[in-house]
Amino acid sequence: MSFSWAKAYEPKHPFMKWLDSRLPLPRIVYGATGPGYPVPRNLNYFWNFGVLAGIFLTIQIVTGICLAMWFYATADGAFASVEHIMRDVNAGWLLRYAHMNGASFFFIVTYIHIFRGLYYGSYKAPRELVWMLGLVIYLLMMATAFMGYVLPWGQMSYWGAQVITGFFSAFPLVGEPIRIWLLGGYAPDQATLSRFFSLHYLLPFVIAAVVILHIWALHIPGSGNPTGVDVKDERDTLPFHPFYTAKDGWFAAAFVLLYALVTYFAPNYLGHADNYIPANPLATPAHIVPEWYFWPFYAILRSFTLDFVLPAKLWGVLAMFSSILLLFFLPWLDKSPVRSGSYRPLFKRFYWLMVLDVLILGYVGGAPISPFRTALGQAAAAYFFLHFLVILPLVSRFETTLPLPRSITDSVLHGEAAEAVPAGRTKRRRGSTAMAG
Amino acid sequence: MVRVIAFIVGLVFAGVLLISLISGVADYFRHPPEALASEEFHKEPKEVHFASDGPFGRFDRRQLQRGLQVYTEVCSACHSLNLVAFRDLKDLGYSDAEIKAYAGSGQEWKIKVPSINPDTGEASTRPALPADHFPPPFANEIAARAANNNALPPDLSLITKSREGGAAYVYSLLTGFQNQPAELLKKFPDAKTPQGLHYNPYFANLNIAMPPPLTTNGQVTYADGTPATVDQMAKDVAAFLVWTAEPKLENRHAAGIAVAVFLLFATILGYLAYQQIWHEAKRAVRPTGALDPKNQAKTRRARAKAGVAG
Amino acid sequence: MATKAQSAEGSRTSDSSGEGVEHGVRRRDFLNVAAVSFAGVGTVAALTPLIVQMSPPADVLALATTEVDISKVVPGQGIKVSWRKQPVFVRNLTPKEIAEANAVPLSSLRDPQTLAERTKPGKENWLITLGVCTHLGCVPLGITPEENRGPYGGYFCPCHGSMYDTAARIRQGPAPKNLFVPDYKFTSATTVEIGGKG
Repeated sequence: MSFSWAKAYEPKHPFMKWLDSRLPLPRIVYGATGPGYPVPRNLNYFWNFGVLAGIFLTIQIVTGICLAMWFYATADGAFASVEHIMRDVNAGWLLRYAHMNGASFFFIVTYIHIFRGLYYGSYKAPRELVWMLGLVIYLLMMATAFMGYVLPWGQMSYWGAQVITGFFSAFPLVGEPIRIWLLGGYAPDQATLSRFFSLHYLLPFVIAAVVILHIWALHIPGSGNPTGVDVKDERDTLPFHPFYTAKDGWFAAAFVLLYALVTYFAPNYLGHADNYIPANPLATPAHIVPEWYFWPFYAILRSFTLDFVLPAKLWGVLAMFSSILLLFFLPWLDKSPVRSGSYRPLFKRFYWLMVLDVLILGYVGGAPISPFRTALGQAAAAYFFLHFLVILPLVSRFETTLPLPRSITDSVLHGEAAEAVPAGRTKRRRGSTAMAG
Repeated sequence: MVRVIAFIVGLVFAGVLLISLISGVADYFRHPPEALASEEFHKEPKEVHFASDGPFGRFDRRQLQRGLQVYTEVCSACHSLNLVAFRDLKDLGYSDAEIKAYAGSGQEWKIKVPSINPDTGEASTRPALPADHFPPPFANEIAARAANNNALPPDLSLITKSREGGAAYVYSLLTGFQNQPAELLKKFPDAKTPQGLHYNPYFANLNIAMPPPLTTNGQVTYADGTPATVDQMAKDVAAFLVWTAEPKLENRHAAGIAVAVFLLFATILGYLAYQQIWHEAKRAVRPTGALDPKNQAKTRRARAKAGVAG
Repeated sequence: MATKAQSAEGSRTSDSSGEGVEHGVRRRDFLNVAAVSFAGVGTVAALTPLIVQMSPPADVLALATTEVDISKVVPGQGIKVSWRKQPVFVRNLTPKEIAEANAVPLSSLRDPQTLAERTKPGKENWLITLGVCTHLGCVPLGITPEENRGPYGGYFCPCHGSMYDTAARIRQGPAPKNLFVPDYKFTSATTVEIGGKG
């Protein structure tokens, strides 16, 4: 951490001194989440969602470990074991519903966190690695969630596994062998279930490790802020504890309240009724859909309906993977020196268009296929690619940005536009914050 | 370089999508899709209220007992309930003795529980114990299909959670059997209900293999004396099936209220603590360190010494 | 200039908040303590289901009872049956074995109990105990005369040498208690229901 005014960790108690000289964990915590980590004072509530994601990861791991004490990873017993948990295991119904809805809330929180990053330019230098590690976390989350959904071995579990592993057969030559290798057979069966259980248990700990790297990478330059203007001096920041522990604390309570309301009073709302039917390899459900957090990608996949040079199925798979992979290149696609969307009016307009676009893709992905929705999905998918790959690079090159405030403090004190300098001037003017005479 | 590749990739994907879109639209106008009878004549479940509805819902145990009676006397002929154990019926208010009688000696279940003769080791059967689950009406899927015109009567334990519309759907289905309306036959002459199926607009495909199970009032004689109209029996068995799908529903609601109230308090307290902590930080930016008025003289001198201009 | 205004504001603020600091500190502390306590209570409450869920589920607890046919067990013989996944010894004591058990002075026993306390009235010859040594859980030998019954004619545990007498009471060796007598009742002259309350 490179802020010179960060409070240093000074253990007072003899035991704490003894510990500090041998394994400085309290020092690390102090410097990362305690009074020793200066944070811009102007963060808004969109900055709370990283911590919330950490909370839901913890909830998932804890409830998941307890569920694993009762789950039978056999094709014959899996469905019944989940029902055994729901009916006979003490508080089993709570564990199961908490885990099921915890996954959904983990994604809700992560999506808001990602969209914060997209609006405020959190992916820009020097935080490119923070962004890319975050995308790695997101990919791992998707793999974990997909495998977890297969475990209860309901109709959607089975057919979802069939469809998703079927993607790989789109690739010529190597596709089908890869699909069979993934499944351990010709269709999802015992081998698939066992390996998905093993990996589903493993990946969350890999996620936790990448989260540590993600936070570490962030703490080198320090947190961004809604103005996108760098921290200049001590007045721009507040120590993380107690200011942001308090802010994170109350907002987490509110969000967990929302989570509790869904878990206790509408636990199956975000799910699909068909997954309460035991898997039947001989009967496909009327409408196969993945869980809601995959719907936009599902829409992109299904949008490619025409064979054009390549088969439509292959286009769909390539486009679906590309839609996430392109995000890795965002720091180089959008090279505007102004970070925050607050000071980029043209960018802002396209940003909200993109948000609307993603919502439309989500709607199309979850609804049954109809000619109207297919056309809508195709238009929305086209816009998605154009937005990130064509529009953003052009906008960032040619837009006129608003003047930035001189510092965070100025933006807090006087409102962001007042003490402004033209965009691009990030160096502090000499004598502008000189001492009073 | 990145941007050049990005442009190309973006334009290619968008291009292929737009071609697909245009081709799809052209297709639509050239060969408009046919209307389906199921789209037009399918009905959403009826409005019906159950005691277990809503965040404060509880079960009506008398209704659950009536529903069990309907299941036992009507539905269990074809439908299994294999996730429910006899001992679970304690929840409905039955005593241990009543459950033991119902499971073992009183009730004639079609399939007995398999067991082994302790002397000879031969396969045999035994009467059900309270710890056993409800036995199925058929030995396996093939037997079930053979007895039901190749249709498989689904297990009912989770039926209200595995169908869109839940208990309202089950109730609507049971009371929704009717003759195929004339206007449907007029519009879709090919959609006449096939032999062996029965018309029911609440079923997704309009024609269901199950014959109407509740046909006459008084089909079941309720132990508590409630008049057993078809409507009543349908409601009671639907309510019973909500319980079989979610025996812990009441625990869930009760715990939920306690947790929600607790978290509401925690949120309010947390918010007030947050406001208090941020009070000064929000009111003014207090200069500290080198910019603190008390230190500025010292800083000025140090700066002058270092030769940094004012 | 901006800075003058800032520092002036700053000093104004620090002066005016001077008097309010005392009350502010107390109110601030109380709120913080209250909020953190709520968080603490919440965490403990959240941990409770995680710990409780490890307890036996309802289907295991459902008192599984086992009916045992004892018509073929003659005096001097015994059979081993399974109840709640554990072995149970059902033994028909001979009059000699009953007399031996009753002759033992209670004061010499590590876990004093009479044979009458460990059997049903009128059925003193039927000794029904768990076949689990109370030391570390091995299955003792001696349910049939062919097995080693130990010097007291009851049961002998080969693991660490615990020796039980004809009432299955511990006489020698490391076991602290007599073999456990489960709930059982005679449902007829020739059948016993283990696990069913007598």
